[in-house]
Amino acid sequence: MVPLTVNHYLALSGVLFAIGTAGVFLRRNLITVLLSIEIMLNAVNLTFVAVGRYRGSVDGQIITFFVMTVAAAEAAVGLALIIALFRHRETLSPDAFTALKW
Amino acid sequence: MDVLAFYAFAGIAVIASLLVIGQGNPMHSVMLLIVSFGALAGLYVVLDAPFTAVTQIIVYAGAIMVLFLFVVMLLNVPREEPAPGGAATLLGPTGMRIGAVLSLLLAGELLWALLRIGFGWASRAETAASVSSVALIGSGIFTRHAFAFEATSVLILVAMIGAVVLARREHS
Repeated sequence: MVPLTVNHYLALSGVLFAIGTAGVFLRRNLITVLLSIEIMLNAVNLTFVAVGRYRGSVDGQIITFFVMTVAAAEAAVGLALIIALFRHRETLSPDAFTALKW
Repeated sequence: MDVLAFYAFAGIAVIASLLVIGQGNPMHSVMLLIVSFGALAGLYVVLDAPFTAVTQIIVYAGAIMVLFLFVVMLLNVPREEPAPGGAATLLGPTGMRIGAVLSLLLAGELLWALLRIGFGWASRAETAASVSSVALIGSGIFTRHAFAFEATSVLILVAMIGAVVLARREHS
């Protein structure tokens, strides 16, 4: 079997990021859209850790730590927004929120 | 051994992520995303990053996903509505196809770009020193990245206040 290189991890991370993007494009539910954003953040985390490991640097893991805290903040605010939106429209479909649409 | 573990965890992560966006029940999506995060934690262990793996499990699979589960249960919308017929929105049937094509394009571009970047030092896999020490991570965070760390604490405070203000019930 081919020995593991950083390219394996980069390819996996690219695939995961694209899956997350597809979720944002294709899903019609705000909660699933937020989940897709989490998938994308995790794909980027994997890149940081893999590159850090293969360069012998600890900075990749440190940045991953910061990304996780930002993801937690993003999830808290995003879910609060979803609750507020649901209270107004009684739906989670992104098509229902067009007040700011030009 | 590492290679087998990588392919196993990578397969689990990709399949679970595909299922997250592939089915309509948000509750199942959250559960499958926890599976995907667990597989990523396994990959971090393969990458000699046990601290990040444990953080991934505790913070992501634990705290953030519980937050999502709370909201899914609170709002209680098990299924998403079918697409409105004939509406020429971005998420309509044709828009759906465009979105899928765009995602595939992005996957191709990302693979091309990332593999071009990674090729240069990919051979240094075994020579790179293993840096899994929690002490190294801690001293890095509190010395070189001290400003980012403090900024993060302010960010979390702002996010907390913002969440409370946004989700508050308005009294009229």
